[in-house]
Amino acid sequence: MRQVYLDNNSTTPVDERVLQAMLPYLKEHFGNASSVHTFGREAKTALEKSREKVAAVIGADPSEIYFTSGGTESDNIALMGTVWYQEKKKNHIIISSIEHHAILEAAKFLEKRGFAVDYLPVDKEGFVSPDILRQKVTDKTSIVSIMHANNEVGTIQDIAALSEIAHRAGAAFHTDAVQTAGKVKIDVKALGVDLLSMSGHKIFGPKGTGVIFIKRAHKITPLSHGGHHEKKRRAGTENVPGIVGFGAALELADSLRESEHHRLAQLADHFIDEIQKRIPRVYLNGPRDNERRVPSTVNLSFEYIEGESIILSLDMKGVAVASGSACTSGSLEPSHVLTAMSVPVELAQGSIRFSMGRFTSREDIDYTLDCLPEIIERLRAMSPLYQKTS
Amino acid sequence: MAKRVLVAVSGGVDSSTALVGLKKQGYDVIAAHMKLWDYEDVGGDNFQDGRCCSLESVNDLHQICHQYEIPFYVLNCIEKFKSTVIDYFVAEYASGRTPNPCVFCNAELKWKEFINKADALECDYIATGHYARVAQDKNTHRYYIRKGVDASRDQSYFLWRLPQEYLSRTLFPLGEQSKLQVRKMASEWGLKTAEKKESRDICFVADHDYRRFLSEWKNSPRQGFLPGEIVAEDGHVVGEHKGIAFFTIGQRKGMGIAHDRPYYVKEIDRNANRVVVTDNKDALLTDKFIVDNVNWQAVEWPSAPFRAEVKVRYLHTPAPAEIKPLENSHYEISLDTPQRAITPGQAAVFYNDDYILGGGFIDSAKK
Repeated sequence: MRQVYLDNNSTTPVDERVLQAMLPYLKEHFGNASSVHTFGREAKTALEKSREKVAAVIGADPSEIYFTSGGTESDNIALMGTVWYQEKKKNHIIISSIEHHAILEAAKFLEKRGFAVDYLPVDKEGFVSPDILRQKVTDKTSIVSIMHANNEVGTIQDIAALSEIAHRAGAAFHTDAVQTAGKVKIDVKALGVDLLSMSGHKIFGPKGTGVIFIKRAHKITPLSHGGHHEKKRRAGTENVPGIVGFGAALELADSLRESEHHRLAQLADHFIDEIQKRIPRVYLNGPRDNERRVPSTVNLSFEYIEGESIILSLDMKGVAVASGSACTSGSLEPSHVLTAMSVPVELAQGSIRFSMGRFTSREDIDYTLDCLPEIIERLRAMSPLYQKTS
Repeated sequence: MAKRVLVAVSGGVDSSTALVGLKKQGYDVIAAHMKLWDYEDVGGDNFQDGRCCSLESVNDLHQICHQYEIPFYVLNCIEKFKSTVIDYFVAEYASGRTPNPCVFCNAELKWKEFINKADALECDYIATGHYARVAQDKNTHRYYIRKGVDASRDQSYFLWRLPQEYLSRTLFPLGEQSKLQVRKMASEWGLKTAEKKESRDICFVADHDYRRFLSEWKNSPRQGFLPGEIVAEDGHVVGEHKGIAFFTIGQRKGMGIAHDRPYYVKEIDRNANRVVVTDNKDALLTDKFIVDNVNWQAVEWPSAPFRAEVKVRYLHTPAPAEIKPLENSHYEISLDTPQRAITPGQAAVFYNDDYILGGGFIDSAKK
């Protein structure tokens, strides 16, 4: 059976070129980057080289790049690190209502411990309104955190406009760029952010690797304490092969970014158009415009059916897709993102996220297009809702 | 082609043995685990050992399914479970009755959802790890539940509400097995769950303290949680209570009354918000009661009185009785020998020999 992987927003395979870059640091160059001897120096050199690569891609200074264990840790450092550093003066946090759980749950954790949290609403396409942010932000706001692109629907926020509003009120600004790294041009100066999170395994790099960009003037309280690693902001022996992999993966993704954007936008257009031709009552969640949405993310609602049954049926045909986020112990949660976008409950339940990537081919998409009509028809035939209306 | 079966797996030894057993018999099996609740919602400890619906059980299931190359899915039923089973559970206690959530869940949620997913996945059957059997009558073609062969484990009592269309598509691979045999198979097959402790009581009340659960549940109605009087049979007030929801018929503890002999809850008077107690154990005996909300398995809607063995709670030895149809689909049960603590809300299941004729929920006991 053909295997088609359309769940690249949840994770990606390590690119062969990235793997080759990592291997020496798993084998011969295994040293601890903090050691003074040759082994240590080799590791330290690789570490700093990778830091420079990452900095160059996002327009930062290498001293502003900190390696972490992934997007979740980066998000936690950004939010909690900032809030705790300023807790004597400020007690207010603003996030959007469609953040990834790494931000959402960290904010809820802080809320339980007495901080005030505002959850900004979004419009039907998933955009945060700058006006609403302007109304909510005060001189007591320590940080505003709004994701660059949403993992479920791909909506790309106008981060430059939002960060400016936060700064005018004296608040720091963080963006979770896990879903845009390597896919959308990231320039931390143009975006105007103080903090920015990225994850290695979403960009064809290794799992367990991530980056938090922290602007030089921005101060945080570290979450982990120990040795002098990462300038005492993130203690723990550096994951050198992972860090080398992250640098190689981000550099590679950036070099392919424009051509991949073009290719994936065409594939997405083909997929959306064909599906709507072949299956009635299918709706795209998020903006149709490929410049306002990460084009490789296609979130569709199939009326009258539960998404869960579609996922299971597609899995039986070898096609891997998701509904919402995969971060809830393999269970299929009703999406807080679609709810925030005012997608009616019946449609939110029937939503599926198809996320393409570097290794998605036209044949993969055509195979999926061939499988879907039969599955949807069969599931609709079982649905009491469909029988009532047809 | 091999028949395809969707196997409902909880993370315990029974359902995982049922799963692997079917696979070994040559069925094309798919495993599915229902996530019914979160510790965050129901209270209790996320890190408590090996309960169903804990993260650890899901991890165990992943391992077993990987070991035997079985596709495995987790189905999210949290919202549905809240709006069907937990709402029912709370509403029953709030109105002075004692619910049976397992009976209710099987028919209204579990089988309904699994049959639905079985259709979506083009499965012929669903299977569970219950100790029970399904049979079909040669003449009437009706399906019915038979007790499991292991009398000490028999779970037929929880399955009386399953309708014909569910029974016709259900397999119980453990119906002919004893618990001892199941544990032996599980360890021979190298299943991680072989030594797992028994789960008991109500799954979503992990600490077994249903009064704590009722007090903490956000959607509990006010009714049932208002203080009132505890009175003796002659009507004189002997104490106070914090809500009728916290009482069940026959209950002896938690009354907070000093008396030379123990008091038992005899009756819960919802309209007067009163709990009636007695210090005479025999006052709890009843020989007649009414059931409603019936479901028929081996027989079809009896219109004449008939005899059966009636089981009024899970750990009750069935008692011989006559069952008489009344109006509005109610039935009157007349027991040959009076039984203790017949409790509104609990299920009365009618057996003939080792199979289920039907059952209903106890509505009221006649004095």
